[in-house]
Amino acid sequence: MSLELKNVEKKVGIDTHIHPTSLKLEKNTINVLLGSTLAGKTTLMQIMAGLDKPTSGEIWFDGKNVTGMKVQKRNCSMVYQQFINYPNYTVYENIASPLAITGVKNDEIKQRVGKVAELLKLSAMLNKKPDELSGGQQQRTALARALVKDSDLILLDEPLANLDFKLREELREELPKLFEDRDCIVVYATTEPSDALMIGGNTATLLEGKVIQYGKTLEVYNRPENLISAKVFSDPPMNIAEITKSGDNCKFTNNNVQWKSSVKIKDGTYKIGIRPHNITTYKEGNNSVEINGKVQISELSGSESLIHFTNGSLNWVSLSNGTQQKNVGEDTKLYMNTDEFLYFDQNNRLVNNG
Amino acid sequence: MNKTINQKAWYFVIPVFVLVAFNAAIPLMTVVNYSFQETFGNNVFAWEGTRWFKQILLSERFHASLGRQFAFTFIILLIQIPLGIAIALTMPKKGWGVPICLILMSMPLLIPWNVVGAMWNIFALPDIGFLGHSLNAIGFDYNFTQQPGDAWFTTILMDVWHWTSLVVLLSYAGLNSIQPAYYQAAEIDGASRWATFRYIELPKMKKVLTLAILLRFMDSFMIYTEPFVLTGGGPGNTTAFLSIDLVKMALGQFDLGPAAAMSLIYFFIVLLVCWVFYNLMMKNEAQS
Repeated sequence: MSLELKNVEKKVGIDTHIHPTSLKLEKNTINVLLGSTLAGKTTLMQIMAGLDKPTSGEIWFDGKNVTGMKVQKRNCSMVYQQFINYPNYTVYENIASPLAITGVKNDEIKQRVGKVAELLKLSAMLNKKPDELSGGQQQRTALARALVKDSDLILLDEPLANLDFKLREELREELPKLFEDRDCIVVYATTEPSDALMIGGNTATLLEGKVIQYGKTLEVYNRPENLISAKVFSDPPMNIAEITKSGDNCKFTNNNVQWKSSVKIKDGTYKIGIRPHNITTYKEGNNSVEINGKVQISELSGSESLIHFTNGSLNWVSLSNGTQQKNVGEDTKLYMNTDEFLYFDQNNRLVNNG
Repeated sequence: MNKTINQKAWYFVIPVFVLVAFNAAIPLMTVVNYSFQETFGNNVFAWEGTRWFKQILLSERFHASLGRQFAFTFIILLIQIPLGIAIALTMPKKGWGVPICLILMSMPLLIPWNVVGAMWNIFALPDIGFLGHSLNAIGFDYNFTQQPGDAWFTTILMDVWHWTSLVVLLSYAGLNSIQPAYYQAAEIDGASRWATFRYIELPKMKKVLTLAILLRFMDSFMIYTEPFVLTGGGPGNTTAFLSIDLVKMALGQFDLGPAAAMSLIYFFIVLLVCWVFYNLMMKNEAQS
């Protein structure tokens, strides 16, 4: 069982919503579609579900061409950012609804709903109406509706976006476990790189209707094929600067920071991508170099400190562990871990590939 | 916490107080005044107690017009609410059709009520009116000025034409506030068109429909101008709804006492029905 998109393209009027895309999703995998708003995540999911038809290209499921097949005939379910439940049904009836429509026997419905409700901690609320539940419970109900059906394809369209922070964390941890022993393909759309890392599986980075890279989540994160993919998969935003390399010596174009690099690439100018957590107020790794900066913004988020600073004409973002109080305008020293630098050539392709 | 007490704030309430007094409280009290007394002109009044109220409540004439009123309101609600929802469901949701439909729908609502009555009067005249003449031409014996059934038919048709748009516009607003994800979810579940309507659209439209029913109930229960211009309450008294009957009594016969008593009873019926209806709807709301 696999879901394959073959050169799928979606145009609405003169706008191209999805550029020709080929993607193969395997059985028993969770696949994250990562990209900002309007990157085409929802459109792509609707095409996968059969809610929307591609302008050109084909969709194959389980070895069969299902392009243009109606959503009712495919065995899929979907969870949305908004908490979508039938308003005047109880939680039990809501979860049972997809089964009742397909004519499953009452005893079986009861048993299956009970099981899913327990999994999602809804057992105590089966007789309530969605309006009486908290946002988290409403979304759990929607998830239960998607799970109870035993679909081949489960689509989750930013399911945690409307939840408050704590509930989001809680449900995000549970999600991968929910799908563990299921014989299905899960597609999870999100705007947050941290969601993708937490969920694992595979990730496809998207930008402006194009799939930039698809692969194992950690691989995509650690070894982005190109600068765009690296940018999409980085939050806070990645630092990018131009460097020149001659022999083992590397140097930023805009300042005097130098370091030795063992990366085996030709001499010349490159772009460097540095994730914010690789610029810190303390030394990390054996090959760190110092950089001077003037603090622009300094904010604490939980147990991490985000410091925006300028060096020469460039703006940098750094993320350090612990609470590092800095004053705005202060001159400070930071350290960059050169082992974690990503080198991109003039065509924005990653060159220090493994 | 110490609140500062500033009684000067009451000055701000005075304009509203005066306004409400002049346009509601004082006229209403005049009616109350008339309803307990007999007038002889020249400002001579004699106390009558609850006599007029008893007289009205026991009069067959009042029972008949009240019955007609309820029948009329019931029929038009039964037609306008489902018809309004049905039309709203078929209206386009985007594109150039939307403004056209909305403008067409609001047209009848913008026409002055007596003009609606006059229009339909001419439209339905059996000899020269388009509707009346056509109906007769194809074999119906139609004459709304002489046959009670035809008069009712015409009055109801006129009201449906005039007011269904209101229900349409409210339902349309209710339908448009439903997020597309609900429809997709229903589609994925494999729900039929009817199930989508019954379990998504109808519950989501509940609030606007409550409003639509309340508005249409009140308006139709107090209807005066259109049937007055169309049929004048006739033939005989067959389309004399409460307000028409009331005006006949007050201004035609100059029975100010009974008319005042009837006004108050009329007022309380409207108030009571609205109150009961609203509470029932809100109770349902609290349950779900």
